[in-house]
Amino acid sequence: MNDAGVSGSAVVERIRFRDRPLGRALSEYRESGSAMVAFAITLVVLLAALFAVQLSPQNPYDLAKLDILDGVLPPLSMGMEGQTYLLGTDEQGRDMLSAILYGLRISLTVGIVSTILAFALGTSLGLAAAYRGGRLDAWLMRVVDLQLSFPALLIALVLLVALGQGIDKITLALVITHWAYFARSARGSALAERNREYIEAARALRLSDARIVFRHLLPNVMPSLIVIATTMVARAISTEATLSFLGIGLPITEPSLGLLISNGFRYLLSGKYWISFYPGIALVVAIIALNIMGDRLRDVLNPRLRK
Amino acid sequence: MALFILRRLLGSLVLVLVMSMLVFLGVFAIGDPINTLVPPDASEAERQAVIVHFGLDRPLPRQYATFLGNAIQGDLGRSFRFDEPALRLIAQRVPATLELAFAALILTIVVGIPLGLLAGFRPNALSSRLVMGISAFGFSVPTFWLGLMLIMLFAVFLGWLPASGRGATVTVLGLPLSFLTIDGLRHMLLPALSLAAFKLSLIIRLTRAGTQEVVTSDYVKYARAKGLRNGRIVFVHVLKNTLIPITTVLGLEFGRTIAFAVVTETIFAWPGMGKLIIDSIAVLDRPVIVAYLMMTVVMFIFINLVVDIIYSTLDPRVRLEELR
Repeated sequence: MNDAGVSGSAVVERIRFRDRPLGRALSEYRESGSAMVAFAITLVVLLAALFAVQLSPQNPYDLAKLDILDGVLPPLSMGMEGQTYLLGTDEQGRDMLSAILYGLRISLTVGIVSTILAFALGTSLGLAAAYRGGRLDAWLMRVVDLQLSFPALLIALVLLVALGQGIDKITLALVITHWAYFARSARGSALAERNREYIEAARALRLSDARIVFRHLLPNVMPSLIVIATTMVARAISTEATLSFLGIGLPITEPSLGLLISNGFRYLLSGKYWISFYPGIALVVAIIALNIMGDRLRDVLNPRLRK
Repeated sequence: MALFILRRLLGSLVLVLVMSMLVFLGVFAIGDPINTLVPPDASEAERQAVIVHFGLDRPLPRQYATFLGNAIQGDLGRSFRFDEPALRLIAQRVPATLELAFAALILTIVVGIPLGLLAGFRPNALSSRLVMGISAFGFSVPTFWLGLMLIMLFAVFLGWLPASGRGATVTVLGLPLSFLTIDGLRHMLLPALSLAAFKLSLIIRLTRAGTQEVVTSDYVKYARAKGLRNGRIVFVHVLKNTLIPITTVLGLEFGRTIAFAVVTETIFAWPGMGKLIIDSIAVLDRPVIVAYLMMTVVMFIFINLVVDIIYSTLDPRVRLEELR
């Protein structure tokens, strides 16, 4: 795991990329076909969200561009101006494909930003607890245990009731619900690493605590955290969509996929399925792809499973 | 054992107190309920009368002290909207939620464990791969969207099952129950299925993993060598040993079911406490929100305690003292 400790010597320089831990993990990852497909899909979803403005046939939130006469058209219909609506339109004549691309953008932003923040907060606290031990450790783990005994959805629901709607508030709520997973895992791996020789060596060199924790401990607990982060992005996206669907997540001005689905619910009952169906497909495909990637990363990065 | 339970109960009491404070403060932070209580054309005097009637003019610590004093006597305030005790309002809806949760749990056990055993015994068979694929899907698909799709397929397009409500109920011991009538069962199937999907996937995976682990063990090999019937090996030697983790997870999952009932009940208009809380949040009915949250906290503490006790009875190697 930690050949980096002797870098600088000529022998190590000549070690090829695929023999280094990261390289080996990546080449093992590539062996699974479904994991590669999941990676490709995730990439496509990310790019679609990033270039939503360029890819959308229509700016779905420019009211001047919407034609009410094109409202609730089924997929592949022709609009008043001769344009084709690939995935149909909603009640305001909004092209669903464009709305999905814009919605994907909001959903992914919430999922990724909240996971990065939860990662930073949880990992710092978990590492500090493991390295320092004592009372800090005992209290932190008590809070973590307590929090993990309640379902994340319920905690997020309570927080949003208190905080109100908004993209910043739901991100905050997701950070508060998800940090504990990172803290527990970071602490667990760090406890196992703490007594290894390289940490002892770093201590003997009288390196500062911060340097030991961030330069020596952190890289070695990273693998398990990366796995958690992948699945947490998926969970955050799913939780945000659920809360927005219930009307307590994002306001109507931030139309994420969850809000699009919620908006299509009343039309679904009269057989006009496409307003809820296609945003849901986008949501499910993104979540499944992330989960498959997470599963494969777990297999590849878990040293216990290595041959 | 008795000491452990006593200590846990004492800790729980502190926890409930802290949570009550957090919940009260949190709920207090959300908008002014007066605007939803008083019609917009009401005079200033009428407005004031309403504020005084609900005690909203007093300072926050006083309001909390009153709330706590009443809560100890089992009074969690009156709903602004229905002008009924909030606790009674929730209690009326608990049976519907519990019925749905149990239906989902039974569905999970009856379908999940056999499928998990199948996938564990014959990991390479086509049927097993299919089961695992479906389980991967059930793991990822959000509950609310699955509910919508079930409505779309079975209620709108095929017209086989109703899309919302609880259907006919039979009153047993003062509790209205759906599962005793055909109509009630028809109403229950879709919401229970959407609520069960995640658990089902989890139990399939757990049972499969447990089975694969046990199948290669010496005592199963020995049982085969003795020439025992396959059925006996499956149920006595394999299932019994995979049941420990399954029971623990199911216990913990029961709490999640109550939480996700909020989603399912909203979609299927199931008249349980989950739908009540979402409706109450929409109109800022503070006492109901506070009462629901307090009820849930107490319920979760209870569930966690029960799971720990069951776990230790199933697996004598685990001592309760070690579980804290």
